[in-house]
Parts: sequence; structure tokens; C-alpha cells
Amino acid sequence: MIKERPQPAIWDAEHECLHGSVLRDLQLERLKKIVRKLWKNVPYYRQKMKVVGVTPTDIRTLEDIRKLPFTTKEDLRLCYPYEAFAVPLEKCVRIHASSGTTGKPTVVGYTRKDMETWTNLCARFLVAGGLTSKDVVHIAFSYGLFTGGFGLHYGAERVGAAVIPVSSGRTERQINIMKDFGSTALVCTPSYAVYIGEVLQNMGIAPDALSLRLGFFGGEFWSEHIRREIEGKLGVVATDNYGLSEIIGPGVSGECLEQNGMHIWEDHFYPELIDAKTCEPVDPAKGGELVLTTLTKEAIPLIRYRTRDICTLTRDPCPCGRTSVRMSKVSGRSDDMLIIRGVNVFPSQVEEVLLEVKGTLPHYQLVVKREGVLDRLEVRVEVSEQYFSDEMKRLHEMEKMLEHKLENLLGLRADIRLVEPKTIERSEGKAKRVMDLRPKE
Amino acid sequence: MKVKQLSIFMENRAGRLAEVVRLLGEAKVNIRALSLADTSDFGILRLIVNDVEKAVKVLRDAGHTVSLTDVVTVEVPDTPGGLASVLDPLRGAGVNVEYMYAFVEKVTDKAVVIFRFENADAALKVLSKAGISVLPSEMVSKL
Repeated sequence: MIKERPQPAIWDAEHECLHGSVLRDLQLERLKKIVRKLWKNVPYYRQKMKVVGVTPTDIRTLEDIRKLPFTTKEDLRLCYPYEAFAVPLEKCVRIHASSGTTGKPTVVGYTRKDMETWTNLCARFLVAGGLTSKDVVHIAFSYGLFTGGFGLHYGAERVGAAVIPVSSGRTERQINIMKDFGSTALVCTPSYAVYIGEVLQNMGIAPDALSLRLGFFGGEFWSEHIRREIEGKLGVVATDNYGLSEIIGPGVSGECLEQNGMHIWEDHFYPELIDAKTCEPVDPAKGGELVLTTLTKEAIPLIRYRTRDICTLTRDPCPCGRTSVRMSKVSGRSDDMLIIRGVNVFPSQVEEVLLEVKGTLPHYQLVVKREGVLDRLEVRVEVSEQYFSDEMKRLHEMEKMLEHKLENLLGLRADIRLVEPKTIERSEGKAKRVMDLRPKE
Repeated sequence: MKVKQLSIFMENRAGRLAEVVRLLGEAKVNIRALSLADTSDFGILRLIVNDVEKAVKVLRDAGHTVSLTDVVTVEVPDTPGGLASVLDPLRGAGVNVEYMYAFVEKVTDKAVVIFRFENADAALKVLSKAGISVLPSEMVSKL
């Protein structure tokens, strides 16, 4: 099914193949610089450093990074919207945002140089995954505050490919465009790729009728099993890529054609792996929470940002020639965030809506299910007396209002299901907030 | 005269209704009238019982969500057109019925209709003016 095997290539061999001490020297020099910059320009982080008694001069080796305090999503929430910025807004040329743990999003900015960096880092993984200037890139990520669409768009343009900014939704139309425009590379979430495969089948179109040969998938957890399924159904070589808007968006790391883990662009990001509970370093092969420090970001540099993503790291040489450390697919989260159809969802966001509507917080639970190939979010709410009415229409009105507000806040449809008191499973007296019933394989 | 109705939230799962009536039975609470409004996921069980306080306590202790609502119980002639004779004056006065349910008395020749009005007081005025007899709660609990 897979057409002509794509040829390995390296976008920026000088920086992607840096060896040992050269890379470490570069990282240290950049780390020192970014710490000084934060100390000078971001009072919020300076204060955090003062609390633990660290100043920029304490950072003399790369290992000294452990003296620095972590940055969390909660910090970014407290800095909403611009307080974490290390440059004046006038130096920024782009603003993106991702879902926060509550109603307020996490805001990130890019200077012109950040845009250049981001574009090149996306070009790195696109080329690593086989993209050439001859490709026609079909971008089915949504374009908007979400970094996925724009990141890949600019990266693919930089490589010289022809970019079709289709954005998300209307799958049959997407397929017709792919067929008629001769799309050769597909960019979307892995679950959407599976869905496209299903729709193709339903429309009676053989994968051969399309020109697809490459797939760049990210934004969600996915397994090797799903990779094989997508490759079979769409006739592509599917590679994984990783990123998060807080760090830069897509372009933190990406797989090469070896499909053996994602190369982290270490000249720009310094990775650590910690135990999520103790915050101590862990054996990279055993796995832990990925912590990233941006080494070159101007607008919003982050030190030791806790991604909450669980993975392993390896320095085993890769046949592709890149020297960087590689991260495994993300296997889970160290917090309760869910990723549903590429959208990040936190239980605390749901909590906020429930509180807003009724003033009191009932026991609730987020249940994610897979129906066919699409993920659905159901929010179960225990009906306490404050939520109850003897009139059916009032209960329906409340359901509608909650669904409307949730969709507004999450950017994702959620079904409210009213349940009887004490039916949501408790652990240590607290309701279990999340139940992910999606198959793991 | 308004009468207290119990409303109980119930998921549409097997055995839920049985459990509620069993609890009441064990507490020696007698159900005088009952209606169930349901959707595919959940239902609202509405009950008129002989001992409201005890019923509420038993159900709440068992973890059920219970609310009390004022309803109006009207005696309606058990003949064709009986219900219409009650509804007509209400419609004429613009009084809204949220929901209603009815049962037939065993001993007399009357039917009893339980009304949930948007505004029970306004409805009572209209009914009294039209000379329609409303049952007091003592009577209802003895039915």
C-alpha cells in the first residue's frame, strides 16, 4: 500500500547533529542568558527565584538548572494575560493561546525571531518525516489560537511545499480536496486521520485514488497500533510530532523516518525527566514527566516548565544521523488533563461552569468514550436538591444551559448526563473526576 | 388548600422505582397517588403520600434527591366532560398547568386530579370562584 519510500533528509544538519560537548556548551551559554533575561524582565519569575534563594550567577553548569524553580500552567494562569512576557508587547508579532486549567486560556507570544525559530523547527520535523518541496501539504488542524495549524503551515511553506490550509471539519469535502488537489501529505490529529480513513471507506474511495504518501500527526496520544492502522488505511508513512503552545507549539520534537522516537531539538529546548510526585530526576529509560526549558525563546521564555506529559528519553544513536535525545510517544499525563479530539480539557474547567450556573458544586465526572472512531465527552452530574426540579422542562433547560456553556468554554461539545446522588465512584471520599473509557490500543 | 407532593430524581435504570417504593413500604408510608415523567436517561417520580415528613426522611436518608412541591388536588365528577369542567375556568383565567395526573377514587364516584400549577394560589382562587371543590391535605392522605 505504501508508495515509494520517502528519502531521509536533514533540514538543518549543523544544528540537528551537534555532538556532546558542543551541544552542552551551547545549551549552557543559552541557559545562562535566558535566566539572566527572566531575572531582569519578568518580576514574577524573579520572585520565584528569590523565594528559593537563587540568582542568575548560581547557574554555572547545566546541572545547576535543578536549582531553578519549576514553572507550571498555574503560574501562567496567574500571569494572565501578559505578565510572563519577557519583552514588551510591541516586540511581539503573534499571540496564541491554549486552554487553561480554568476558563482563562494560557496566553503565549512570539517575537519575529521566535516565529523564525518556530518555523524552522517545524521544518526540521517535517523534513525528518520525509517532506520535500515537491509535496502538497493538506493541513486539517484548526487554524486559530491553537498553535497546530499555523505552526505546521509556516514550517511546510519554509520547506517549499505547497500548503493547503483546509483547517478542520467537513470531512467529505476534505477528501474531495485531497483527491482533486493531489495532496501528498496530511497534517492532523491521529484520531482525525483514523476518521478520514473510515470516511474514505464509506465513500468507496480506495487509498490508491489519493496521492497521499506522508502523514504528520500530533496533538494527541496515540499508539503504534493506531499508527499501523493509519498507514494501512491512508497509504502514508505516519510520523509523530510533539509540542505544546507554552513551549512554542508543534516543533518541540518530531520523528524521523526511523519512527523510533521523537528527536527533541535540544539546541532550543533543554529536557529533563522527573518523578511527578517527588520532582526528583528519574531514570530516562523508566520514564517520568517531561520538563522543558526554552533556551532561545524571546517573548515568553520558560524555565523548567512542567509539561505533565509522561514519556521516556533515549540517547541511543539513531541511524538517521541526528544526535539529539529522543522522547517516546507520550503515554499519559501526570495531571487530570484529557485530550479529546485534539482539544485539551481540564476537569477544573467543567467545575467552573457548574459553579457559575448553580452556585454550588455537585459531584461530577468527565467520561470520555469512543463511539465508532470519534471520542465523545459526557459530563455526569449528580442531581442534588439544588440541581433538582419537579418540572421536566427545568431539568432540560439546565442541561441545555450547561451544555451550551461547556461548549463555549471547552470548544468541544459535551453531553450532560444527570445521575442520582452517590452514583459517581468515590476514592478517599472524593469523586473520581475523570474516567477515560477509550481503548488504549 | 395546597397539598405537598414529593418529587424524586430517578435514573432510568432497572430497579430504581422498585427501590423507592420498597423504602416507603418498609417505613409504612402509603402512596396515595403516583406519576412518573421520564426521558431516555432519567425520570421524575412524583408522589402523594399519607406521611410526607416520614417519606422525605426515609428517602433522603437512603441518599435520594427529594423535593417538595405544592400541588392542588381537585375532585372531578367521574363522568364524561368532568375534567373539562375544571380546566375551562382555569384556561379562561389564564392559569397555566405545568403537569397533572389523575386517579379514580375507590369509594365515591369522583375522580381525583392532582395539578401542578405555575401559580398555585392564583389557581386556587379561580377554582374556588368556579365552585370547584379542592381536597385538603388531611383528606388526600386518607384517600
